[in-house]
Amino acid sequence: MSASLLAIEDLSVSFHTPEGVARAVDGVSFGLDRGDSVGIVGESGCGKSVTSLSILRLIPSPPGVIESGRIRFEDRNLLELDPEDMRKIRGRDISMIFQEPMTSLNPVLPIGRQVAEPLMIHKGLTTAQALAEAAQWLDRVKIPAVRKRLGDYPHQLSGGMRQRVMIAMAMVCGPTLLIADEPTTALDVTIQAQILSLMVGLKEESGMALLLITHNLGVVAQMASRVVVMYAGQVVEEAAVADLFERPFHPYTHGLLRSMPRLGGRGGGRTERLREIPGIVPAITETLPGCRFAERCPHVFDLCRQNPPGLFAIREGQRARCFLKDYPERRRNDA
Amino acid sequence: MLRYLTQKLITLALLLFLVSITVFSVLFVLPGDPAQIILGVNATPESLATLRADLGLDKSFMGQYGDWVAHLLTGQSQPSIHYKMPVSELILSRLTVTGPMALLAMLFAVAISLPFGIYAARNQNRPGDVTVMFFTQLGLATPEFWFGILLILLFSVQLGWFSAGGFPGWRVDFWGSLRALLLPAFALGVIRASILTRLTRSSMLEVLGEDYVRTARAKGLTERTVVYVHALRNALIPVLTIMGLQLGQLLAGAIIIENVYFLPGLGRLVFSAIGQRDLPVVRDIVLFMAAAVMLVNFVVDLAYAFVDPRIKLK
Repeated sequence: MSASLLAIEDLSVSFHTPEGVARAVDGVSFGLDRGDSVGIVGESGCGKSVTSLSILRLIPSPPGVIESGRIRFEDRNLLELDPEDMRKIRGRDISMIFQEPMTSLNPVLPIGRQVAEPLMIHKGLTTAQALAEAAQWLDRVKIPAVRKRLGDYPHQLSGGMRQRVMIAMAMVCGPTLLIADEPTTALDVTIQAQILSLMVGLKEESGMALLLITHNLGVVAQMASRVVVMYAGQVVEEAAVADLFERPFHPYTHGLLRSMPRLGGRGGGRTERLREIPGIVPAITETLPGCRFAERCPHVFDLCRQNPPGLFAIREGQRARCFLKDYPERRRNDA
Repeated sequence: MLRYLTQKLITLALLLFLVSITVFSVLFVLPGDPAQIILGVNATPESLATLRADLGLDKSFMGQYGDWVAHLLTGQSQPSIHYKMPVSELILSRLTVTGPMALLAMLFAVAISLPFGIYAARNQNRPGDVTVMFFTQLGLATPEFWFGILLILLFSVQLGWFSAGGFPGWRVDFWGSLRALLLPAFALGVIRASILTRLTRSSMLEVLGEDYVRTARAKGLTERTVVYVHALRNALIPVLTIMGLQLGQLLAGAIIIENVYFLPGLGRLVFSAIGQRDLPVVRDIVLFMAAAVMLVNFVVDLAYAFVDPRIKLK
């Protein structure tokens, strides 16, 4: 862990709502090395976005509260920084790209200015210098006719173009970590591919680390070297990308992979039936005594409903939160 | 832009035409004979008839309406029955009181409502916000004439900083005239600030929850830049609408406040003109007020386009 850039340790985040306390993130730990790329996968509401927003301390508060844990970035615990020091890290050392390019850019400010802002605030450039550098970046993310477009407003650009602007804005200060929260979810499939390859290229050139939040396993396979699978606020499996796809351990990961559409299938040309995971995610306001996936799990046995499983080491670099590690005979082969 | 302007001008002309017909009809059926009011109850039928003929009151509805419009179109408004001078001159002289007072009142309203509205939004549901909301509620429930009287009691009677009313005239005493407008403008402004503060707060709260505000924070901008540059401009758009309506209203004259402070403004002019059945004055002022409101709305439209680039003037 000597090259470790980011280490999240036992992070818990709650939302205090009138309906009760919702534990959106519950004891999440994982790390990210310099230049590494990690994907966080899970369905809506599993806590992946909350985890990523916690890193920049952008959880809306109230109602959100970071209850416990440490987020170590380089040699500092981000959760203990005073607001001013935290602000200096945002956009300079750690940048973020959001899901909705339609709403994530300010509608009343020109894009050139929005891209230039981090340079002015973090590097003390003058407006003219910052705009010149912003233009270079917009050119690098392949915005055509940049000079003419600096004064354009977001509504004059397409969704893909706006996401390019977001990327340029996140990259201008040369961050060591880029957090991308569902960066392509809101885009057309053809544009998705363009944006992903743009991000891969920028990552290779700059050597920054990438934390990619997505529900799309295909995107993870393309972009990440390691994967963290989250379910109902917890990490349920963590593995290198190849291991996760070849030898997934957790029943939830199995389910995710099976519910991914694929062409051809394994059985020689026949298309496999797409299988969904039965049941629904438990409400995060309820506290369950056992495993949170128990009610949807095809391999469930009595122990799963009584005790919460810990994260067990499966093999080098792979952990899973499942009792099947110690009771392999309980795995049903027909499921 | 040129097309937009011509369109606006045509609408303005059409609306003024409709307003003129409405006003004229209403005043035409209004009971009370101007000639009788001028000459008193003891006037002989002959002198009443002569005066009616002089004033053109013996003509038909269309005839009288035609007289009025002809005067307006040639730019010479009819003379006031009571003041014996052209109504246009009358309106202009009163506007030198009402206009500056309206602008001053809006200045107070904006200077109070923006800081407090933003403050309340940033401290939602905390004591500061609750306090601000309490005072805006109070402001909404306070009649402005009563607040105006309270101001006189405090600043004129107790402290002696301002005179209790009257207006010396701009040519006679410029600073004195400005001083005479301060208290009434403040009374008007504070009451209008109540609604604007609430509006700014709710608009700001909505904008502070937007994705682009989160983006601005994620860039590492200072809280000040996030609030005053990224959020405020977006939050102002709905606030501008109400500001425009308020300014239009104020330009039409504040009848009660002008009476409390003995100001020779438009409001008092139209008020007394109605009592005196000075029909040319009433007609022209109502028409002027309609034009003023439309003009302010036009300026608000221009301001929208300036604040929000998504709005194109077409």
